[in-house]
Amino acid sequence: MTRFLASRLLQALVVLLMMSLAVTVLMTLMPGDPVDMMLAGNPRATPVDAARLKALYGLDKPLLERYWHWLQAALAGDFGFSRLYAQPVLSILWPRLGNTLVLLGASMALTLAVALPLGVYAARRPYSWADNAINLFCFAGISVPAFWLALLLILLFAVELQWLPASGLGPVGGEGWWERLPYLVLPVASLTLASIGGYTRYVRAAMLGELRQDYIRTARAKGLGEERVVWRHALRNALIPIVTIVALEFGALFSGALVTETMFAWPGMGKLIYDSIMGNDLNVALVALLFATLTTLVGNLLADIAYVALDPRISFKGDAA
Amino acid sequence: MRVSVSMARFLRRFGRHKLAVASAVLLVVLAGAALAAPWVETGLGAESTAVSLLDRFGPPSLSHPLGTDELGRDVLVRLLYGGRVSLFVGVAAALASAVIGTGIGLLAGYYGGRLDDLLMRFTDGLIALPLLPLLIVLGAIDLTRLGIPPEVAGSEDASLIRIVVLVALFGWTTVARLVRGATLSARRRDYVLAAVAMGADSRRIMLAHILPNVAAPAVVATTLTVGNVILLESVLSFLGLGIQPPLPSWGNMLTNAQELVGTAPMLAVWPGLLIFLTVIAVNLLGDGLQDALDPRTSGMR
Repeated sequence: MTRFLASRLLQALVVLLMMSLAVTVLMTLMPGDPVDMMLAGNPRATPVDAARLKALYGLDKPLLERYWHWLQAALAGDFGFSRLYAQPVLSILWPRLGNTLVLLGASMALTLAVALPLGVYAARRPYSWADNAINLFCFAGISVPAFWLALLLILLFAVELQWLPASGLGPVGGEGWWERLPYLVLPVASLTLASIGGYTRYVRAAMLGELRQDYIRTARAKGLGEERVVWRHALRNALIPIVTIVALEFGALFSGALVTETMFAWPGMGKLIYDSIMGNDLNVALVALLFATLTTLVGNLLADIAYVALDPRISFKGDAA
Repeated sequence: MRVSVSMARFLRRFGRHKLAVASAVLLVVLAGAALAAPWVETGLGAESTAVSLLDRFGPPSLSHPLGTDELGRDVLVRLLYGGRVSLFVGVAAALASAVIGTGIGLLAGYYGGRLDDLLMRFTDGLIALPLLPLLIVLGAIDLTRLGIPPEVAGSEDASLIRIVVLVALFGWTTVARLVRGATLSARRRDYVLAAVAMGADSRRIMLAHILPNVAAPAVVATTLTVGNVILLESVLSFLGLGIQPPLPSWGNMLTNAQELVGTAPMLAVWPGLLIFLTVIAVNLLGDGLQDALDPRTSGMR
């Protein structure tokens, strides 16, 4: 176990280091110079000002030297300032992370609340017309472009019916959370609709595998009620791969959130990543992207640990990988 | 003889999958329509690039069956040309991913040991990266800063090739893992051991003996990759980082759709509908291929 964790930790560090270096290099290849972009709106700025600003941000130094300075500061907990928002990176990051967690948490809860019963229902009557219909619905969910789904929802509920706001976070300093609820509906619906399909398929496949097992036959043979067999015996074991998948998909959620948040102008991590890349705000982009990577790595680790913790047949012994 | 028997078995199994057969037909029709774009263009007398500000947001008519867009261009003709681009990018990037993935999977599975460790840790690391944000950075970088001459970097072909390369760089991991797994099990089979005993060299064993036996999962994974690539291309082009206008793709036709959703809602519907239909057809086709080619794993995914 210790050896397994140590090797994973080492791998995570290598990935994060490579990622930060790659992002630093790639961001310098973006069109436009960040200082020129800052000064573009200021007619009184002279080339001398530009040179002074470049020196201030260390942009006159070679790339690797800049990266080394960033790394040293970052390891000491200082992630620098955002050029776009003129604030320390972390004070921009935390509120957005909160917004994203609200969005992802709500859509994850909804997704599982639909996918679990739906997948179990389909697995109990495999290849029936109901199973086929659910299967087609799942394929639709996997295949729909998330941004187009968001567009259709905006078109239908915000433009045509005018039931819900199309974008934003809701009134600033409003009465309470319920004023923000309408703003949450469309982004959550769009994330949920796009992910139900995949999860339902996983649940169905896992349940189908369990329902074929001998212990299910034994449970039925000794006269246990069918509902109890399905929900208490089969689903419990089927949850092992499902939990693993939920953990594995954790990092991918940020990618999904990027599109949805941008479409609905929801100020979360996904939109922050997009805006910072587009605005050439290296410090913010670095930390936000590293955070997204870290989430995936932690998700993968949790998946492995959950697998072992939930299934007594598997152990870390003799398997370093 | 053996080939025709297994072909017949494949067709029988595949034929049972009605949705997959329907999907194959739909894809052939879509590809055919996309290839016929120039004839539709001359038939309608509507040039795909002809901007006509007097005909903006035209309603459907005989000369413009699906109306015109915000620059007065014919929507149907642009959809067909966009289909060429989206389908080409999907297939080309998936094939490139398949070649890279098969190569890496074969090497890792066949040689095992340190090379396997190295390649698989690298694959794991790549999978952990946030794909879409990275593609956005890579899509946004200025190719002229890499020393590529501006006239090359700004050409239509460059945005096509660039997105194929970008997606292939990250898209090979699934195929590599599947091929590695299949190679590991094939390597211990008697016929491979026999080939080793007869003194066949590693390259021949990998290409002539192992590759045919790992082809089934690779074909299925590649098909599913086509769908994912089309989705990725569409979102990148939608964000303005993939296929550059005036070359149309289904994704970049939606770039302005959000602002125009109030004035011209159908402009937001058509390209997305085609992406959706193509991707669902590709995925159903992959599902059918999996059942027909690789019956042991069917129902497990």
